[in-house]
Amino acid sequence: MNRRLQVFRSSPPREPDLAIDVAATLQILEGFIKTEVSRTGLNRVVLVLSGGIDSALAAYLAVRALGRSGVVGVLMPYRTSSASSVADAESVVGALGIVAERFEISELVDVFAAKAGAIGPRRLGNVMARVRMLVLYDRSVEHDALVLGTSNKTELLLGYGTIHGDLASALNPLGDLYKTQVRELSQALSIPKAILAKPPSADLWPEQTDESDLGVTYDEVDRILALLVDARVSPGTIVAKGFRRETVLRVQRLIMRSQFKRRMPLIAKVSTRSIGWDFRYPRDWKT
Amino acid sequence: MQTVRVALAQIAPKLGDLESNLDLHNDAIRLARREKARVVVFPELSLTGYVLRDQVQDVALTLRDPRFKKLLRASKDADLIVGFVEEAEGHRFHNATAYLSKGRVVHVHRKLYLPTYGMFDEGRDFAAGDVIRAFKTAHGPAGMLICEDAWHPATAWILVQDGAEVLFTLSSGPTRGAKPGRGITSIPIWHELLRTTAQFQTSFVVYVNRVGYEDGLNFGGGSIAIDPFGRTLASLPSLTAGVAVAELDHEVLRRARSAYPLLRDENLELVHREVSRIRQARFQLPDPSPRRRIR
Repeated sequence: MNRRLQVFRSSPPREPDLAIDVAATLQILEGFIKTEVSRTGLNRVVLVLSGGIDSALAAYLAVRALGRSGVVGVLMPYRTSSASSVADAESVVGALGIVAERFEISELVDVFAAKAGAIGPRRLGNVMARVRMLVLYDRSVEHDALVLGTSNKTELLLGYGTIHGDLASALNPLGDLYKTQVRELSQALSIPKAILAKPPSADLWPEQTDESDLGVTYDEVDRILALLVDARVSPGTIVAKGFRRETVLRVQRLIMRSQFKRRMPLIAKVSTRSIGWDFRYPRDWKT
Repeated sequence: MQTVRVALAQIAPKLGDLESNLDLHNDAIRLARREKARVVVFPELSLTGYVLRDQVQDVALTLRDPRFKKLLRASKDADLIVGFVEEAEGHRFHNATAYLSKGRVVHVHRKLYLPTYGMFDEGRDFAAGDVIRAFKTAHGPAGMLICEDAWHPATAWILVQDGAEVLFTLSSGPTRGAKPGRGITSIPIWHELLRTTAQFQTSFVVYVNRVGYEDGLNFGGGSIAIDPFGRTLASLPSLTAGVAVAELDHEVLRRARSAYPLLRDENLELVHREVSRIRQARFQLPDPSPRRRIR
């Protein structure tokens, strides 16, 4: 053996790679909000402030992009919404110094629920999400503002949202950020600590949490999604990396089953130039 | 070549709006002239924006179009390299770039490699070019490439074999996120590619990438001019519109090509022979010289 020969160990790139450059990502997102709002001829956005981390981050980004006069927050508690959600939403309003409105949705939801009969918590949750959408789009007209979406990539991929409810928006700065990346950016922007610390929840009924609904932690599911979606690694290989087979397959199933929520409705083609297939223009058409 | 000052115009064109983009070009040309630039380089599809899709036919120009004349007039003060949709013979629509000088079109390059994968769909909207040539300018021989073209190393190689000493590369490169320690990931990747190209081809490389947002895509900028030793002469930051000027010094080209005589030692005959052999096998062509076949 030649003793002068040394073996050099190398470290190949590690997957999944959820790390992001915070400064550059913030710059892209701010530029996105600023440019996309101004090209519509408006200079303001309106968004739901739920008290959660996603809407808090969206509000912080919007203020960086448009200034505080360019952001209207709407708090829309239901009578079962947790008091801390409202307090956390108010802390965002206070920290940013933005205009905020409070619109209680209990009456509207309850009237609907009474007419609809026994609809159960799941349907009631969807009704709440859609009533909030209704209010938000109405307020957007009042304020000459665009509706800013707050759904992150994890929720969008898993279909963890209400179509035509919280998934509805004009612009979504968070849609390509996994929940763990939302947390990282939120920390960097010094979003109120209570919001960073609490377990994520849709707050549609007491004690609800995202992670118990989904049956998996965001840390785990984000790493699975980054492998499955971004790196296009096969489920078998992901399992070999140490993830539970059952979880990986369930995540894959959720993505496929919720595809309809990420696309416009299907149109039956009966002409030569059909919207979606042949008629294809950018949304930023001539702007 | 002669020593020349080149301006890199890192702009954010307005999508599908020729008139306002012509104004934007004129603003950048004025700024570049003030900086004593003799050539002003714009990004890929600088007159139209990138995510055109079904607007391609609406914004296409023939070289005789009166709107093109405005730019030709501007080219009396400085040479211009602009990106546009060219409506060519047979109503073929090309993602093209033109070199304009002293009121005339010196050269047009039609994008050869149309990315049609991932987020790209250029193969649906454009006809691919099938010619690549170096051309002469008042400042010396040059070649032009558009974005994806530069990822096929034979393009730069052919241009330099054909006499080019400056390679202008125009781009509308969307970013794919930012990673710790690297910033926007696409920019250092591009810079590595361009620096390597400059060194392999012992040529100047002038890269102009656009900025701005279209349909959620964001374009990274990071335009750069590199000398034949691989050194940065001028650069622009990511994501920010602006103009930078680089002086391409003919003396540096001469020194680089003396120190690294890669071009002198290039074996065109070898490449031709081996490429012909591979081509013949790939496409099952008849062997042109069976008796001289190398066993």
